[in-house]
Amino acid sequence: MALKMTDFKTDVFADWCPGCGDFGIMTALQMAFAELGLEQHRYVLVAGIGCSGKEAHNVRVNGVHTLHGRTLPFALGIKIANPELEVIAIGGDGDGLGIGAGHFVNMGRRNLDITYIIHNNGVYGLTKGQASPTLQLGLKTKALPKPNINEGVNPIALAIVSGYTFAARSYAYDVKHLKDIVKQAVQHRGLAFVDCLQPCPTYNDINTKEWYAGEDRKDPKTGKPQPRLYKLEETGFDPIVHEAEQDFAKKMAGIEKAREWGDRIPIGVFYKNQLTPTFEDRITQRIPFYRSAPPCKQKISDETGKPIADLSEFFEELKTS
Amino acid sequence: MVVEEINWMAGGPQGSGVDSAANIFGRACGYGGLFVYGRREYHSNIKGLHSYFHLRVSKHETLANVNDVDLLAAFDAETVVRHITEVVKGGGIIVDTEHVNTRIFEIPPLPPEFKQEFRQFLNNKGLGDNLSELLADAEKNGVHIFKVPYMQLLEAIAKQLQIQQISKITRMINVLTIGVSFALLDYDPELVERAIKAIFADKPKVVDMNMIAFKTAYEYARNNLGNKFGRRLEKAEISEKRIFLSGNQAAALGKVLGGCRVQTYYPITPAADESEYLEAHEIFKTQDGQGSIIVIQTEDEIAAVNSVSGAAMAGARAATSTSGPGFALMVEGLSWAGNSEVPIVITYYQRGSPATGLPTRFGQSDLRFAIHAGHGEFPRIVLASGDIQECFYDAATAFNYAERFQVPVIHLIDKAMANSSQTYKVFDASPAKIERGDMLDPSRIQGGSYRRFLFTESGISPRVSLGTKGAVHWYTGDEHNEVGHISEEPSNRRAMVDKRMKRLELIDKEVPTEEKLNIFGDKDSKNVIVSWGSPKGAIIEAMELLAKEGLSLGFIQVRMLHPLPKAYMADLLKNREKIIDVENNYLGQLGGIIKEETGIQANYHVLKYTGRPITTTEMYNSLKNILTGKAAERQVLTYGS
Repeated sequence: MALKMTDFKTDVFADWCPGCGDFGIMTALQMAFAELGLEQHRYVLVAGIGCSGKEAHNVRVNGVHTLHGRTLPFALGIKIANPELEVIAIGGDGDGLGIGAGHFVNMGRRNLDITYIIHNNGVYGLTKGQASPTLQLGLKTKALPKPNINEGVNPIALAIVSGYTFAARSYAYDVKHLKDIVKQAVQHRGLAFVDCLQPCPTYNDINTKEWYAGEDRKDPKTGKPQPRLYKLEETGFDPIVHEAEQDFAKKMAGIEKAREWGDRIPIGVFYKNQLTPTFEDRITQRIPFYRSAPPCKQKISDETGKPIADLSEFFEELKTS
Repeated sequence: MVVEEINWMAGGPQGSGVDSAANIFGRACGYGGLFVYGRREYHSNIKGLHSYFHLRVSKHETLANVNDVDLLAAFDAETVVRHITEVVKGGGIIVDTEHVNTRIFEIPPLPPEFKQEFRQFLNNKGLGDNLSELLADAEKNGVHIFKVPYMQLLEAIAKQLQIQQISKITRMINVLTIGVSFALLDYDPELVERAIKAIFADKPKVVDMNMIAFKTAYEYARNNLGNKFGRRLEKAEISEKRIFLSGNQAAALGKVLGGCRVQTYYPITPAADESEYLEAHEIFKTQDGQGSIIVIQTEDEIAAVNSVSGAAMAGARAATSTSGPGFALMVEGLSWAGNSEVPIVITYYQRGSPATGLPTRFGQSDLRFAIHAGHGEFPRIVLASGDIQECFYDAATAFNYAERFQVPVIHLIDKAMANSSQTYKVFDASPAKIERGDMLDPSRIQGGSYRRFLFTESGISPRVSLGTKGAVHWYTGDEHNEVGHISEEPSNRRAMVDKRMKRLELIDKEVPTEEKLNIFGDKDSKNVIVSWGSPKGAIIEAMELLAKEGLSLGFIQVRMLHPLPKAYMADLLKNREKIIDVENNYLGQLGGIIKEETGIQANYHVLKYTGRPITTTEMYNSLKNILTGKAAERQVLTYGS
C-alpha cells in the first residue's frame, strides 16, 4: 500500500513559534518522503542544533539529532557505512555556514550522494536572535544591539564553488515548491544542496513573510503586492550540465543568478550536474564490491564468533623469517 | 667474539634514509633468526634535522632499548656529536672521512641549548671544537673509529650505475653504512641482499642501486677495515615464523581482525601511519572471499569522530585514530557518542603534550585527559596497550567492549610503540572473537514499537542499525526518553543518567580481571611496580636483571584504566612495603588515579618527560636504587638524545 504523508508524522509536539517556517519545511519533508515512495526505515534525517534540529523528531523516519555544525560528518559516516540509505541532512544557516562551514565546503569535494537542506532565516533563533552568516551587512534585525558588522555569505554560490552537483533554493511557505525541490534533491545522483529561505517570525523583522510577499512594494496601478520571489523554471533558465564542457559556464550562470537579491529573488534549481562521479562511485572504483558488501553488511565473524579476516597476506609482507 | 646482542644505531638528517637503513638492517637480522627491537626518533621536520634509529638485535627476545650503542653508523657529523657518548668501550663509530675535521659548533642544525651543554662538556674534557679531537678522545677510551671515504665510494657506485652526478645518489650513504656495518659484524651478506630485495620488491631499479651500494661498501670494509671490530653477529637457526612490525601496523592489523570496516582520520603524528597502512591494504582476504575497510581522510578531527558515530549507528564497526591535539577536537563528539550510547573506537596515540608539545616524541601525559574528556558524565572505557603485540589484540577487543557495553572506547597507544618496531612470532589470531553485544534480531521486532533506549535491568538496550525494517528510531544529543526523543522531565532524566552510568559497574563486573591488568614477576613480593603503556618492556627487562641479583619485585601493568578495577587493585596493593609508580609524565597520573580510587598511595615515583622512553638500563638503575634504599621518592629520568 502506498505510503501517505500522515505515515511520516510523529506524535511529537512541534514546539516552534507560531508562524515559524519550520512547520512548512517539516510538512514538505513529510510530503516529499511519501511521494518518493520509500518505506520509513529507508530514510535517515540527520539534523543539527537549533530550532530546525528538532525536525528530526517530527518526521517518522530514522532521526539523528546531532551536534551544532556537525550534521554533514554524521551523514557522511552513515552513508558510507550503508549507501542504500537515503540520507537527508538538515540544519540552520548558522549550523551549516558558521560553525559547520568547514564541513560544508569539504563535503562538496566528495559529491556524496546525499541531500543537505539549510534553513536560511538570517538569525540564530534558539539563542534569541543573533546574526547568522547569511544576514547581510548593515542589517539590524530585532534582537541585534547594533547593525550586523559582517557580510552575508551566499549559500548557493558557496555550494557551487565547493563542488555540490545540485544547488537549489526554495521557500518555507511555498510548501509545494519546496516539496518538489526536496524530491529533486533526493533523486539527484550526487551531493544536493537546498537553500531554504524562511522567515523567523520572532527575531527576523526584516525578511518577513510580508517582505517576501512584497507587501511593502505594491503595484501603483493595481494596488497589489509584488512578490519578491520568482521561479527560475518559469524563466526558461536551464541549470543542467548536459555535457562536461558546459560545466564551467553552467556554474557561472548559477552563481550569477544566486547574486540576485532584493526586489527579485530567484527560487528553483541553479545548477545540476550528474556527470561527476559520486563518492560512492569513487569508492567502488577502488573496492569493486562496495555496493554489494558495504561496511554495514560485511560479515565479520563466523557462526562461532571467530573473526573471518584472514591476516596471512599481511603477515607474509611483514615476515622476517 | 660472537656476541649475543648488538645495539646498532643509524643517524642522519631527516630525509636521508635513516628509516630505510633501519628497515634493511632489522630485516637482515630477522632473516638470520635474531630478535630486533627498534626505536625511531625524529624531529618534527621534513628534511634536514637530526633523526636516528636505535636497533637492539639479540638472540633473545628484546622488549626495550638500553643505553648502550655498540656500533654507530653516522651519515653526518651531527650524528657523531649527538651520540658519541652513548657508544660503549669496544664499540665502534662509522664516520665519513670528510666529516672528521668538522668544526662542531658550525653544524647548522644544532640548537642553541645543545651547543651550550656540549660546549660545557668539551670544556670539562679539555677538548677543542674540532670533531677529530672528540673522535680521538673516544678512541683513547677504547671506541673504534672507522673512517670511511663516503664520497669515494659513491663515485665508484656512480661509475657502476653510469650516473654522472654524484648528488643523485648521495641518498645511498645509508646503504653504504649498512655495508660497512655488516662487514664489521662479519654477518652473512646474503641475508642483507634478501632484505633489500624484499623491502624494495616493487622497485627493481632501486633494488639494483642498493645492491651495488651495499656490495661496494661491504667489500671496501672487508678489504680496508679488516677485523678490527671484535664483535661478530651470528645467525641463529629458528623454525618459527616471525614478523617485524610497528605499533601503528599492529593496531591496524587488530582493527582488520576485529571487524573494523570504516576508519576515519585527519593527518597527525604519530597516528596517521596506521590509517595510511590500512588504506594501502583496504581490500584483504577473508575466509569466504574478500573484505574491505574504507579509510576516509576527513577535513578535521571533528568530522573524523562524528562520522565514526554515523558509521557505527549504521551498523559498521568503525574507528578513528588520532593524537592529543586531534583528540582535543573530538571531545564534543565523544560526549555525543557517550550520551547516545554509540559504540565508537578512538585509537589515541599519545605524544609529548601539551599543545603542539613534542609532536614526534613520546609522552604519557594524556591519561587523565582520556578518562575525563567530555562535558558531563557518561560511561566510557579507556584501555592502554603496553607493547606492540598488545596493540594488536587490544585494537580488536576494543570493538567488542564498545558494542557489548554500547560505550565509546578510547584505546591508548603512544609514540614509543607506534614508531618502534619489534620482532614477534607471527601473531596468533585464534584467541580473537567477535562479540557484538545485544543486537536485536529483526524477527523480534514488532511493528513500530522499537525503542532504542529501552530501560532494561542491565541498562543495555537491544541495538539495531539505522535502516532496519520495522525499527525506525531516533538519536539525539539532548537528554531523551526511551524512544530517543527529547525529554527534559526530571524523572526520565534521572532514569537515563542512571541507565548510562551504571554501565561502569557492569563493565567492572563482566570484563574478566585478566583482561584488565597483567601481573609480572614475584606476585607476593613486598615491593610492587604499578605502570601502564610502553614502560612495560623496560620494566620487565629490568626486573629480570634484578631477579638475578636476588632482588624481587612484582609488577602490575594496568590495561583497563577506566573503569579502573579498583577493588582488585586495592587488594593487590595492600600491605606492600614499596609501591613504585613508573610513568612518562610529570604528575604520576596513574599513581594519582589509584590513590583516588583505592586510597592507596604509591611511595615512589619514577617519572620521565623528556619525550624519550625509559631504557632498560635506566629502569634497572632506578629500581635498584629504590630497592636498596638509596633513592629519593621522586626520581626523574633523563637519558636519551
